[in-house]
Amino acid sequence: MKLLRLQGFPILQQLYLEERLLRATTHNWCLINQGTNPPAIIVGISGKPEKLLDVKAVLQDNIPVIRRFSGGGTVIVDTDTVFVTLICRRDAVTLPDLYPRPIMEWTEHLYLPAFQTVPSFHLLEHDYVLGDRKFGGNAQSIIKDRFLHHTSFLWDYQDFRMAYLKLPQRTPTYRLARSHSDFICRLKDYMPSREAFTDYIVKAFEQQFRLQEISLDEVEKTQPSSVPHITSTQVFTTADLQQSIMPLIVKG
Amino acid sequence: MALRSVLVRAAEDFRRRCVAQSLTRTFRSPFTTAVVLDDLKYAESHEWVKLEGDYAVVGITHHAQGELGDVVFVDLPEVGRQVSKGESFGVVESVKAASDVYSPISGEIVAVNSELAESPALVNKGPFDEGWIMKVKLKDREEIQSLLDAEKYKQHVEESAH
Repeated sequence: MKLLRLQGFPILQQLYLEERLLRATTHNWCLINQGTNPPAIIVGISGKPEKLLDVKAVLQDNIPVIRRFSGGGTVIVDTDTVFVTLICRRDAVTLPDLYPRPIMEWTEHLYLPAFQTVPSFHLLEHDYVLGDRKFGGNAQSIIKDRFLHHTSFLWDYQDFRMAYLKLPQRTPTYRLARSHSDFICRLKDYMPSREAFTDYIVKAFEQQFRLQEISLDEVEKTQPSSVPHITSTQVFTTADLQQSIMPLIVKG
Repeated sequence: MALRSVLVRAAEDFRRRCVAQSLTRTFRSPFTTAVVLDDLKYAESHEWVKLEGDYAVVGITHHAQGELGDVVFVDLPEVGRQVSKGESFGVVESVKAASDVYSPISGEIVAVNSELAESPALVNKGPFDEGWIMKVKLKDREEIQSLLDAEKYKQHVEESAH
């Protein structure tokens, strides 16, 4: 498995890169990105900004909104987010078939050694939690004989940024109508440092994979972006976002 | 005479139910409770094909919708698009995952199930009927021969569950 470590890599570029590594290469990959700047909101493949966000506030504060190629919900990411992505061939995992739940459970076992020092880490419904508080959001993209599973870990977060996100229509059962601040927790309250956290992850993954570090330059040289592939990641323009709330403004 | 009429009607109803059931076989094994329909063809990637003359209706199987979970979005292909056998023609989103779906046959897409835009759960509720995804004008009927019949698809599902 090739390990690519990034620092503050823009999330839009990361998503483009991930989609390319999933669809246009045959290797197994692990990407770890320490934060992104500027902050951005990422919705899932079917995400509708008008349903998920306070679009007026997002427009006013000029927060980029990106639709990613994987499923799942909405996150707001910034320098306090730690991104970890796994891209695997079918033969890299001991799963009979590539479906969401078995993949999710496989990742729980993969991550478990990284959280040995932290009480009660487990997968609850589709989220990584400590006890019943979420600290990592997951999403997947599954194609023939390959899959991608990416996680945005909340090393820390700013409460005021969470205000851009509406309460989604679909929430996990275990959320129990809790507010955001009661539902999620900060990983920094449980780990000695970000560097230690990513070291724990790398050591956990080394229990199942032989990791070879690779630089971004080497990736660009050996897996060029010129190889054609399906690209679903897109940025919502200001016009897109304004259009999304137009019917609501007209009704109001 | 009245009793005879009742018995004849009951026998006729029973005969009609048997004919309907012979077209549908519910397969249950220790590993799967997949429903497999005898009159369809199947791809190993868990899409089904129903032949209607020069056209083929395509969807995902009961097994696939069960493994994916609640379907929340179907990214439908465009009418008029050409698809090739084995090519991804759309995406089915289920809670956290976006899964590609693959065309079992080549041809031109002549219709898509627009009901899925508002009701993606039709894929779960009726994967073989109301959950159909696209209709294709066949380019090469010979491609159908390489698909699995119900029995072989059943075996394929059993083997992949191990």
